[in-house]
Amino acid sequence: MTEHTRVLIIGSGPAGLTAAIYSARAQLQPIVIEGEPSSTTDQPGGQLMLTTDIENFPGFPEAITGPELMANMRAQAERFGADLRTTKVQKLDCSARPFRAWLTDDLEPSVTADAVILATGAQSLMMGVPGEDRLLSHGLSTCATCDGFFFRGQDIAVVGGGDSAIEEATFLTRFASSVTIVHRRDSLRASKIMQERAFANEKIRFAWNTQVTEVLGDEKVSGLAVRDTVTGEARVLDVTGVFVAIGHIPNTTLVTGQVDLEENGYVRTGLGSFTNIEGLFAAGDVQDHVYRQAITSAGSGCIAAIDAERWLESQGH
Amino acid sequence: MGTTITTLTDATFDEVVGSSEKPILVDFWAEWCGPCKMIAPILEDFAAEQSDKFVIGKLDVDVNVATATKFSVMSIPTLLLFKNGEVVARLVGAKPKGALLQEITANL
Repeated sequence: MTEHTRVLIIGSGPAGLTAAIYSARAQLQPIVIEGEPSSTTDQPGGQLMLTTDIENFPGFPEAITGPELMANMRAQAERFGADLRTTKVQKLDCSARPFRAWLTDDLEPSVTADAVILATGAQSLMMGVPGEDRLLSHGLSTCATCDGFFFRGQDIAVVGGGDSAIEEATFLTRFASSVTIVHRRDSLRASKIMQERAFANEKIRFAWNTQVTEVLGDEKVSGLAVRDTVTGEARVLDVTGVFVAIGHIPNTTLVTGQVDLEENGYVRTGLGSFTNIEGLFAAGDVQDHVYRQAITSAGSGCIAAIDAERWLESQGH
Repeated sequence: MGTTITTLTDATFDEVVGSSEKPILVDFWAEWCGPCKMIAPILEDFAAEQSDKFVIGKLDVDVNVATATKFSVMSIPTLLLFKNGEVVARLVGAKPKGALLQEITANL
């Protein structure tokens, strides 16, 4: 059976849940498809579910953990009547209005919606080198907060040079005896405060201009084969754990071929959250490759909810 | 009327798992693990709905390092399915309920 909603929100990170809070308070009774449990970043609560302390979300002077923050946002959305479903959208058809969404593989769509807010976020990129797939969860990880504990007293590496790489490296020094940050360039992209923290940490070392060529190990990680991007020299880093934090790709599978994307694959939004498809709004990391913060994502979810509400009004819905 | 989830420790693990009449699914988890929290309600559902097929135990890896090390658990959540005291399936990472049940059932 197909049900109809005025606003369908896809995603339940800060963008999706903030959009849900605003739409629910505007009496739009949004349906929120929050995703299914997974250990990537494509899951209810989004990427913050895989973090520890959030120190820069205003209103929490003593920091709050990512999972707690998301549980709070979820409870707040529910309190105002958002209808949260712990499942995934299999298919979305934006070619005609109302938009149609399938939550099962039935022929009939499960939900039709006057407006859709796409807040599907982004997920971790993998390196695409030999050994990576085979050794995932056997010493190779994309989630320091999940797996760091198991590397107590070991020498490990973090691959990447952005904020998340530095945050993971700093966190991992709680357990590991040393953490080598392997970065393709000779400087970090991470924010100043994160960089200073890393440089001041005695357990953190840097392998600059270094590219990973293979993850070594039979049953579990025994080393990391790397190449110097300047001299071309190959060597092996003696590590028993590897954490990959090289960036993200937006989760756009549902709308690929339907909506305008930027050259780098992110959903193109013009003013506010408007996409090129009327009635389809995008918020959070699926359309933001610049700021990518919990707070900007929440703000963008708010913008999308207000845009959607005003647009629905203009359409006489 | 469902059964409950048994809390396992380094001290009780071998006895409980070794003497379990039904296959036992052991959840290696920790308080600080977000994905573990996501699958916790699913395991409670299993304990209630699947108790005729398998039972469920959970082991906090924070305080039971020996058992986690013994089974080479390096990533959580990890679910190990034991039959007659032997590991018959290893499921790593949080997954949707249907996918988990399918993998477990295939190995019962």
